[in-house]
Amino acid sequence: MPIGRRCRVTDTLRDAWVIARKDLSIEFRTRSAFFSAVVFALLGLVIFYFAWDPTAVSVTDLAPGVLWVIFTFSGLLGLHRSFGVEIADHAIDGLLASPVSRESIFLGKAIANLIFVIAVQLIAIPALVLFYNLPLGDVLAPLIAIALLAAIGLVAVGTLFSAMAVNTRLAELLLPMLSLPFFVPIVIAASQSTAKLLSGRPAAEGGAWIKLLLAFDIVFVALCTLAYPFTVDD
Amino acid sequence: MSSKISPGGAPIVEVSELTREFGRRRAVAGVTFALAPGECLALFGPNGAGKTTLLRVLAGLLRPTSGDARISGIKLPGGPAARARVGLISHHNMLYEALSPRENVAFAARLYQVRDGGRRVEESLQRMSMLERADAPVRLLSRGMQQRVSIARAMVHSPQLVLADEPYSGLDESGARALTTLLRDLRDAGTAVIVVTHNLAEGLSLATHAALMQRGQFIRYDATDRIDAATYANAYRQAVSGD
Repeated sequence: MPIGRRCRVTDTLRDAWVIARKDLSIEFRTRSAFFSAVVFALLGLVIFYFAWDPTAVSVTDLAPGVLWVIFTFSGLLGLHRSFGVEIADHAIDGLLASPVSRESIFLGKAIANLIFVIAVQLIAIPALVLFYNLPLGDVLAPLIAIALLAAIGLVAVGTLFSAMAVNTRLAELLLPMLSLPFFVPIVIAASQSTAKLLSGRPAAEGGAWIKLLLAFDIVFVALCTLAYPFTVDD
Repeated sequence: MSSKISPGGAPIVEVSELTREFGRRRAVAGVTFALAPGECLALFGPNGAGKTTLLRVLAGLLRPTSGDARISGIKLPGGPAARARVGLISHHNMLYEALSPRENVAFAARLYQVRDGGRRVEESLQRMSMLERADAPVRLLSRGMQQRVSIARAMVHSPQLVLADEPYSGLDESGARALTTLLRDLRDAGTAVIVVTHNLAEGLSLATHAALMQRGQFIRYDATDRIDAATYANAYRQAVSGD
């Protein structure tokens, strides 16, 4: 048997990356979920733009809400695809019967989803800046940090619920229904900290929201990684 | 895989009073058997008899409800160490249709941390005569070709135990012949094989043991060299018709 397994942590991370690479290769070939998410995000920006009355709401009040609502819903499109590719032809059986740990499978899926969400953000955030003429200058680096923290939390929760919902007949409905209540703290913290940044408030004012995002990420990445095996082990 | 190894030695598979329930239904009910290296068990029985469930327990996809099952001495569910020893072939091809055969088999080789993976991938594909179409997306291949790739995927890590659930499904005559030769070679090289099939002649020619399953139980378990094919065919027909 020409195989060798060594350190558990090293193997877990290595296997996770193998799975993430495979998922990204599939998405790169088909690009179906990515284009859907990008088009959805851009359409959302356009609709919000035309519905916006600049005399009633300032751009710094509106833009954070628009950004994080679009981010949440376009992210769901990628999360739904995550385990969808495993169900066709029962590929998930091959994955579960292999010697990789369940935690590796979860982390691999989460890493691929994180890269997917970041790629969508890389298009959506510049588009938002362009549409709403946002003064990003000094706040670009903190905004990237908030986006990254929000993406990690969203992906951790969404990947777990994607695994739970994928075998049901109403997967497309069930995933947002299960996920959205858990996304609320992320969306509130991300939009509040972004609003403070854009309105030029002192960094300390948004700091509490960023700490909340960080705490959410630590708790939910750990919880979801530990919970995932229970969704697949029958 | 040219040298033939006589069956025997410490069992690769040991199953004792294995039961698997789904709610109130007993899919596998108190099954007991053992397979040594170089032995092959053919599992026959009507649809719903529990054959696939038994294979899924041994593959680590389902937990036993009660009883004991071991792969190379590792009690199931035994985690990665037990799963690394098993190769699973199913009537579902378990492939990613956007990837090519080479990418699918290479992905499996990486999951199993196969040493010299590149060479093993090529060998596995060649073994199933898939090298010519190795770079076409799987979705463009016929059902039979997909099944060949699925078999190459299951063999890439040289498993000690091969679980084949209706592996002939979708294969044409040459594919079926290649699979029979492959399973026979694996068996002769010391791999334990469990094959679920509805083809009595194929199964009995390949196997060292045969089991007839009905309602989750082995109603017959025989060494194939003691089986009279005609009598066995009658017993099989009765089991399938539910008499």
